[in-house]
Amino acid sequence: MPETMTLIGGRSSRQGTSLCAGKLEAEYIEVSSTVEMNAEDMARLGLKDGDAVRLRSASGEVDVRCKGRTTKDLPPGLLFIAYGPLSSRLMASDTAGSGMPISKHIEVTVEPVSG
Amino acid sequence: MLHIANGRVYDPANGIDGKVQDIYVANGKIVKDVPPGARRIDAKGMVIMPGGVDMHCHIAGPKVNLARKLQPEDHRHDVHPRTAFTRSGVGGTVPSTFATGYRYALLGYTTAMEAAVPPIGARHTLEEFHDTPVIDKGFYIVMGNNVLLYKLLEQGRREDFRNALAWWLAATKAYTAKLVNPGSDEAWKGRRNANITKLDEKIEAFELTPQQVIGALIEAVDELGLPHPAHIHCNNLGHSGNYATTLETMRIAEGHRAHIAHIQFHSYGEVPGKASHNPTSRAKVIADYINAHPNISADVGQVMFGKSTIMTADAPLAYMLSRFVGGKWVNSDTEHESGCGILPFAYQDKVYTHALQWAIGLELFLLSKDPWRMVFSTDHPNGGSFMSYPRLIRLLMDREFRKEQMSKINQKALKQTALADGLDREYTLQEIAIVTRAGPARLLGLTNKGHLGPGADADITIYDEDKDKERMFGAPRHVIKDGQMIIEDHEFRADHQGRMLHVSPEYDPKIVEVIRPFFEDYYSIRFNNYAVDDSYLGPHEVIPTLMRRSTATAPGKK
Amino acid sequence: MSDNIRIINDATCTFCGCVCDDMHLTVDVDAHKITKAENACVLGRAWFKEHGVDEKRPYALIEGREASTEEAIEASAQILVNARFPLIYGLSDTTCEAQRQALAIADMIGSNVDTTTSVCHGPSGMAFEGVGESTATLGEIRNRADLLVFWGGNPAESHPRLFTRYTVTAKGMYVPQGRKDRTVVLVDVRRSPSAAVADIFVQVKPQRDFEVLWALRALVKGRRVDPAIEQVTGVPLATLEDLAQRMKNCRFGALLFGMGLTMTRGRHFNSGALLALATDLNEYTHFVAKPVRGHGNVTGADNVVSWQTGFPFGVNLGRGYPRFNPGEFTSADLLGRGETDAALIIAADPGANFSNAAIEHLKRIPVIVLDPKLTHTGKLARVAITTATYGISVPGTVYRMDDVAIALRPALPSPYPSDEDVLTRIKERVRELLGGNRVPAMGAA
Repeated sequence: MPETMTLIGGRSSRQGTSLCAGKLEAEYIEVSSTVEMNAEDMARLGLKDGDAVRLRSASGEVDVRCKGRTTKDLPPGLLFIAYGPLSSRLMASDTAGSGMPISKHIEVTVEPVSG
Repeated sequence: MLHIANGRVYDPANGIDGKVQDIYVANGKIVKDVPPGARRIDAKGMVIMPGGVDMHCHIAGPKVNLARKLQPEDHRHDVHPRTAFTRSGVGGTVPSTFATGYRYALLGYTTAMEAAVPPIGARHTLEEFHDTPVIDKGFYIVMGNNVLLYKLLEQGRREDFRNALAWWLAATKAYTAKLVNPGSDEAWKGRRNANITKLDEKIEAFELTPQQVIGALIEAVDELGLPHPAHIHCNNLGHSGNYATTLETMRIAEGHRAHIAHIQFHSYGEVPGKASHNPTSRAKVIADYINAHPNISADVGQVMFGKSTIMTADAPLAYMLSRFVGGKWVNSDTEHESGCGILPFAYQDKVYTHALQWAIGLELFLLSKDPWRMVFSTDHPNGGSFMSYPRLIRLLMDREFRKEQMSKINQKALKQTALADGLDREYTLQEIAIVTRAGPARLLGLTNKGHLGPGADADITIYDEDKDKERMFGAPRHVIKDGQMIIEDHEFRADHQGRMLHVSPEYDPKIVEVIRPFFEDYYSIRFNNYAVDDSYLGPHEVIPTLMRRSTATAPGKK
Repeated sequence: MSDNIRIINDATCTFCGCVCDDMHLTVDVDAHKITKAENACVLGRAWFKEHGVDEKRPYALIEGREASTEEAIEASAQILVNARFPLIYGLSDTTCEAQRQALAIADMIGSNVDTTTSVCHGPSGMAFEGVGESTATLGEIRNRADLLVFWGGNPAESHPRLFTRYTVTAKGMYVPQGRKDRTVVLVDVRRSPSAAVADIFVQVKPQRDFEVLWALRALVKGRRVDPAIEQVTGVPLATLEDLAQRMKNCRFGALLFGMGLTMTRGRHFNSGALLALATDLNEYTHFVAKPVRGHGNVTGADNVVSWQTGFPFGVNLGRGYPRFNPGEFTSADLLGRGETDAALIIAADPGANFSNAAIEHLKRIPVIVLDPKLTHTGKLARVAITTATYGISVPGTVYRMDDVAIALRPALPSPYPSDEDVLTRIKERVRELLGGNRVPAMGAA
């Protein structure tokens, strides 16, 4: 049963260093396709670290790997992913006349992907 | 090569007052004669002057760019389309860089000096200058609140003080030392937005007074023999009764040259014992002092009604005004060097203080006995845009027009000034040539500018004579820069990159070992990365220093 | 490592907006690599390590096949002169000298010009236009600030030396004990690694920063705020009251903020609320704000575009003069709505970072890209030109996040041309093809 959560895209240390090696290289791809999820949310969805999940927004969907975080660090209902081509797939193109698309706090549904 | 024939020439530096004579140009310079094949320009019925020299304006650098970014609404009213030769831009009171250069040229100005740059902003200023076409330009670095200089002065190390100043001028490609509300930065940044009001009050965290700082910089600049003296934005700008501070500041300069910037803003009296804080005019006292003291020069800083932008290193002043106006405000502190405040502003003829400021500026012009030492400025854009210069010229030359404008302003303010007593003087073309060209060039020590004698840079403005002086000065027919017809029959014919004018004073290289540790301890940029490389200069000219200028008088009427 | 070693002192790292100019580089000349970057943070070390000179990349690709730089310049010029509504975008990871050439081209062809600012701190720029900003150079903050508030950012991971060289732990003239003389506050929706340095961590509900900032403004001005603010924002009133008091009572405060404010509900209203708060606080003490800029020379792009056109980003030159309109002339919109018919992308990767609609459009139009590395945009471009990396191989001017201009000290020669060189040559060819500048015919159809 897909659950609705809020996705935050942002920078991370590994995203920055792997970016230097190149966006088409393996490490950057791995870093930007990992989503951090609250550990309790993961447990409820039956997910372990490294499992595949599908994130779907009004604009698109991507498959990523999940990684757990404690509630102290990442409250339930929030997801964090390093910026990159995958997080951008979920972003709407409308900027409400501001030039800036919404890239943080995107509403997504989350469901495990088998296989 | 050019032969400009039959024009009426105003060249006050060479004693030529409206004489019809020919001017010859070759290799970018005025020459005595040219061979017959030279291009002949018929200037019959036209007035010829050297290109205008603006010695105090704000046109490039970090604070100007903040002010530019701040006001997109100002730009929309006033677009500047590209042409086959010239880049596009925008205007308003803080035009984009290309538009700035072109518009100065369109007004017949060929040299302009940016009046206040924090030294760490020199590289930025030089970059903007690269994109400011036609005019020759330079800038003054703000040193009157410099923390390292304060430390040296506090310790009585006058030699080190002078050498450090020289190092800074050379490292930044500057023209002279600027002082802005000296002593105030420490109060502003360090004591919760406080300010300094007395020249003998202690500067926050230093065993120094503004008086000592002013005196030391005036002396050091003279000792270095810089072509232009310390350029001073006095303390208490805009405050009632501040004429006393201005007189005090000028007295500190006894025996040395000093230049007081936009002195109109520093010429206010107060009504003692009255609850209202409305200022009064002390223009006469100020004008009398300058008339009697040949070592002092000033630019007026005339206020013109309409839109302006306040942009100043005097951060407390800008903040105070912003609280009054209640609109957007920018503050920008620069480590160890300066402050900065910016806000959009407008002067209105019906408002008492604005009308008073306008009238005081005119008083200063009209009461001045030596136009060589009381020169033309609006402190662009603080008092008004440089685009208002033609209107100001008309106000000075046309007493009927002036009277008409006087009738529209706040009459209570007008009555405070000598304008109400029938100050009837009209500036002549020669006097305009002095205050807008010859005088500023001489005060800047630019011996090849502001005149049309052989050897001068061929920066020439040719006007159609017109009874309406605003129209005349608003649209010169031809403008020649470095001997090239940049504007012909009111149109651009070519683009042109003007020169950077700067000084390169000598200093004892050992001073680097005094400066470097300060950088290592306190600056956020490496010492080795601070000084500006020569590659940023582009076409440039070093204006020589003259050692031992210390007892010279300010260059004025002979 | 070979014996042929060069040391470059005081080089500048341009990975992020900190633009640290105290890099001491060890260069292995024969191997064309930088083997050590003393003083660099983890991001800087990666930047220097991974930008050695890669002689394997083709000079250019035209429709996927290898080509010379010269051929690519010709193809680029043809695309640009034939476009009716082109876009020049990116510019944040290149020198000011290159940015100026790009703008010269834009002026000639009447292009749209936009930089990565529009999808970064563009909203803060818009807020600036409405509210203004009280700010300072980083050295001022380092030497004086006794209260630091980081809002909507994670400098520990995105700008590590912001903490260590310029703010939290750095010692200053009036903060001689560094960290001990300061109070550090972090405001964010999650406890990021940056929270470890904070004395106070304030957790805000996502998309509620505006309400928190507005409540702080009220508290600073002595107004009453309803305790229901906690339900709305997740922050208890007592926490806000305490924070407001600390801000008013400090000696010199600084609010440093990031994408957490600009990229979410509210955008420029969020930035504006923060800038207004900093301004309000100046009634009580000295307070500054600083948008924390991401790329090495995005601030340079802001400055150059502003001084040449009067506006910082989202500029259109199609009528022969600059016009500014975020939402109309900004790239996310021009591409997302499918309006441009050609794009010149310099030092940016919209092919990765923009919306699906924008990327689909990029695939439909001729795209020219200049980049040292192959990127997503490079893969979809018609013309991809390999250029040398600024700061590593190319000299020039860059601006730190606080507008301080610094000259680069390149370490490694590169066989590839610089962005400035390529853009200058494109400009000259465009000028030739246009027969001089294209002057708009005023009044003509």
